[in-house]
Amino acid sequence: MNLSFWLNGVYRHEEVEPDTMLLDFLREKGCYSVKCGCETSNCGLCTVLMDGKPVLSCSMLALRAEGKKIVTMEGMQKEAEEFGAFLADEGAEQCGFCNPGFIMNIFAMENELEDPTEEEIKEYLAGNLCRCSGFVGQTRSILKYLEYKKTKKREEAEE
Amino acid sequence: MSYVSKPVRKKDAMALVTGKPVFTNDLASKDCLIVKILRSPHANAWIEEIKTGTAKQVNGVVAVYTYKDVPRKRFTLAGQTYPELSPYDHYILDQRLRFVGDAVAIVAAETEAAAEKALKRIKVKYRVDEPVLDMHKAKDGKILVHPEEDWEAKIPVGADNKRNLCASGVEESGDVEKILGECKYTVDRTYHTKANQQAMMETFRTYCYKDYFGRLNVVSSTQVPFHVRRILGNALDIPSSKIRVIKPRIGGGFGAKQTAVTEIYPAFVTWMTGRPSKILYSRYESQICASPRHEMEIRVRAGADENGIVRALDVYTLSNAGAYGEHSPTTVGLSGHKSIALYRHTEAHRFAYDVVYTNVQAAGAYRGYGATQGIYAVESAINELAHMMKMDPVKLRELNMPMEGEPLPAYQDCITAPSCTMDQCMQRAKEMMNWDEKYPYKDMGNGKVRGVGVAMAMQGSSIAGIDVGGADMKLNEDGSYTLGLGCTDMGTGCDTILSQIAADCLETSIENIVVFGVDTDISPYDSGSYASATTYTTGMAVFQACQELRKKICALGAKMLEVNPEEVNFDGEFVFTDEEHKVSLKEVAIKGTCGNTQELQVTRTHCSPISPPPFMVGMAEVEVDKETGSVKVIDYAAVVDCGTPINPNLVRVQTEGGIVQGIGMALHEDVQYTEKGKIRNNSFMQYKIPSRLDIGDVRVEIRGSYEPSGPFGAKSIGELVINTPCPAIADAVYNATGVRVRELPITPEKVAMGILKQKLEK
Ligand code: FES
Ligand code: FES
Repeated sequence: MNLSFWLNGVYRHEEVEPDTMLLDFLREKGCYSVKCGCETSNCGLCTVLMDGKPVLSCSMLALRAEGKKIVTMEGMQKEAEEFGAFLADEGAEQCGFCNPGFIMNIFAMENELEDPTEEEIKEYLAGNLCRCSGFVGQTRSILKYLEYKKTKKREEAEE
Repeated sequence: MSYVSKPVRKKDAMALVTGKPVFTNDLASKDCLIVKILRSPHANAWIEEIKTGTAKQVNGVVAVYTYKDVPRKRFTLAGQTYPELSPYDHYILDQRLRFVGDAVAIVAAETEAAAEKALKRIKVKYRVDEPVLDMHKAKDGKILVHPEEDWEAKIPVGADNKRNLCASGVEESGDVEKILGECKYTVDRTYHTKANQQAMMETFRTYCYKDYFGRLNVVSSTQVPFHVRRILGNALDIPSSKIRVIKPRIGGGFGAKQTAVTEIYPAFVTWMTGRPSKILYSRYESQICASPRHEMEIRVRAGADENGIVRALDVYTLSNAGAYGEHSPTTVGLSGHKSIALYRHTEAHRFAYDVVYTNVQAAGAYRGYGATQGIYAVESAINELAHMMKMDPVKLRELNMPMEGEPLPAYQDCITAPSCTMDQCMQRAKEMMNWDEKYPYKDMGNGKVRGVGVAMAMQGSSIAGIDVGGADMKLNEDGSYTLGLGCTDMGTGCDTILSQIAADCLETSIENIVVFGVDTDISPYDSGSYASATTYTTGMAVFQACQELRKKICALGAKMLEVNPEEVNFDGEFVFTDEEHKVSLKEVAIKGTCGNTQELQVTRTHCSPISPPPFMVGMAEVEVDKETGSVKVIDYAAVVDCGTPINPNLVRVQTEGGIVQGIGMALHEDVQYTEKGKIRNNSFMQYKIPSRLDIGDVRVEIRGSYEPSGPFGAKSIGELVINTPCPAIADAVYNATGVRVRELPITPEKVAMGILKQKLEK
């Protein structure tokens, strides 16, 4: 079947089987940052943005992307580097396998929540599992990153 | 410039955080055949008849293999140094099926859909026998899991396949019964730990292809590339020289990938068909036919005198190997050796064990490797002893804990502790937790009660006299160095840690070290990353290789300066005799590539005769809901002695990660079976690992000793850190409620039932 959608800012026409999942389809198109960690929508590794909202690409048919804007980490390299530096400075990127889904959800959170508390952050990201870091290093990096963004924004406003 | 003890950013960090294609399945070529396995629905069965004709006719199916097609030569999947202590009890495919999920047939197809379709078309007639599922009934029972004549234990470990014994033994020192008889206080308790899945986020996976020499290339998410090469040679019955194993980035291992869970299948397919192939285990498969922690039942008898000196410990472990014996004879040892050793005054101890085969999923290596189970049992028994004596459990430990230069009873890999700051760890943990104020509990007045609990732990640093670390250090033409490694960074950061060591030894910047691993064709031999060995063992190999390379650089520099090698110095940038007479590293490097007969490359192998233990103290504060019995860990304070922390950031995150895994083991994780032997917890839906909402604060500090036998004084950290949560939380729950749960996990049901029972008794 035909599928027309935006992938990381590029409008594309693709052929897709009706039963292909968005996760497999995106990887087929070279978006290898999208990972799979379960079959039951429990781990959040496959998180991508659809029209700015986080979705689990493992449990969504590729066809659902029709007319939508899909963004994977391949389309947010600069932002990933920016946040990733904070994660790396905690050593909390560890194996890295959960990082792309987790980080994409942080970007979604930034869009959605104004100045979230630590509790709100944890709740928003509850669906993103990580077996290596024990989460606390991730939380430290998010708090530092949000603080940095705030300062940056303030400085930009002052200029 | 110095990097040791600095929180250096991991060298692969930016690739990981930006989602670069660096993992096995990102690298697999697009034309790979998809390999799938048909799995046994029965716990104990024989294949009477298997028909693959219609499966082979499915469009896109390239091959279907059954037990009739594979070599009849037994091997072990355990990634251990040869000769392995694990029994040779595996075929690639067998006519006898030993657990629900055991492999029945291999399918290779052009597409996943074709492979799935073929699986459904394989017709199997099973003869279903009664299984032995209860580990208590396995030893000398009438159902034998491995009665076959070609079963083999390469090393005497007290195994007897005609008795379902995978290993057994007794170790004794002193007269335990006599001393226990003299003790004023004794406890005799039995604790039960369950199987747990490592649940690394990247499931098991392997990709294979043949190269232009006709050799089998295996790209795999493994902790043990060199062992995998041998295992595949054994399994396929081909010389391992025909096999090359490459390890890319790994999405976590925690011991799971110390067993060759998936490699044999695509390796066999590619070897037979000549086509590239790959296998990706689903989460379901990673739950039902992987390599979880051994279920153990541990009876502890402990005795102390009236002053609180622990004088005797008697530990008996019954361990459940499951259907195959990977890591079974070895894990059990740690349950005694690394728990009894925590009590330095012990005058007599006994450690006995039986490891039995049953018809459940085979267990394997999981972070802690038996020590986790043993320490849960012994530390719990000591806590019970303290309560019996009405003594603060911290106090009891202060009287008995390991001390530098003092004995480590039962621990054969160091008679005394070569380095130890357990006392400082305890002191600091107490302060962090505000123990004296919080012990034992505080009623919050809203139906909730808070309690605190403590535990000590230790592990080893490598397997003494066995683990081999390798490092290959060479100077490149541009003055940079390449550090070739055979150990496996699985997110732990050893590529970076070892580069820090190299950079300091060579007095160069860490950016000037190119690190590379692992490719069995190129990397120096290394037993792999397990047994908390990497920083300690391979780190020492790196250290020695660098020292040797410095000598070679000096020799060539001296030749260029036309002086004797003894006359020059090297400061990382220049080889010199004085201000005027010097050559730069770059000049030496270039000289090394032109008209030179002396290699600027050193390979070093290291093995330590001892295994110095790292130590730690963990303290948990829990909040229990008296109504529902639910337990929440609101705070966890941990202080570790890992020797010199080469990278404090990575020590900290390893500790945090290990503690949270330990919390999962203590409170949630349980591999449960139906009475037919089927696993109930076959997805993340039923098998709940901790999420970020399940944990409170986890606070970690380091009080490192200096280990003389380690690189820059380092010991290990990776496994140690999973060992305290189970006993600390169990005692915190007891202190909060008076309910003692001796079977993990500590579920709300068990706590609520305990509270109810107390009420009824009153
Ligand atoms: S892969 Fe686990 S939620 Fe999508
Ligand atoms: S870093 Fe390994 S799973 Fe999160």
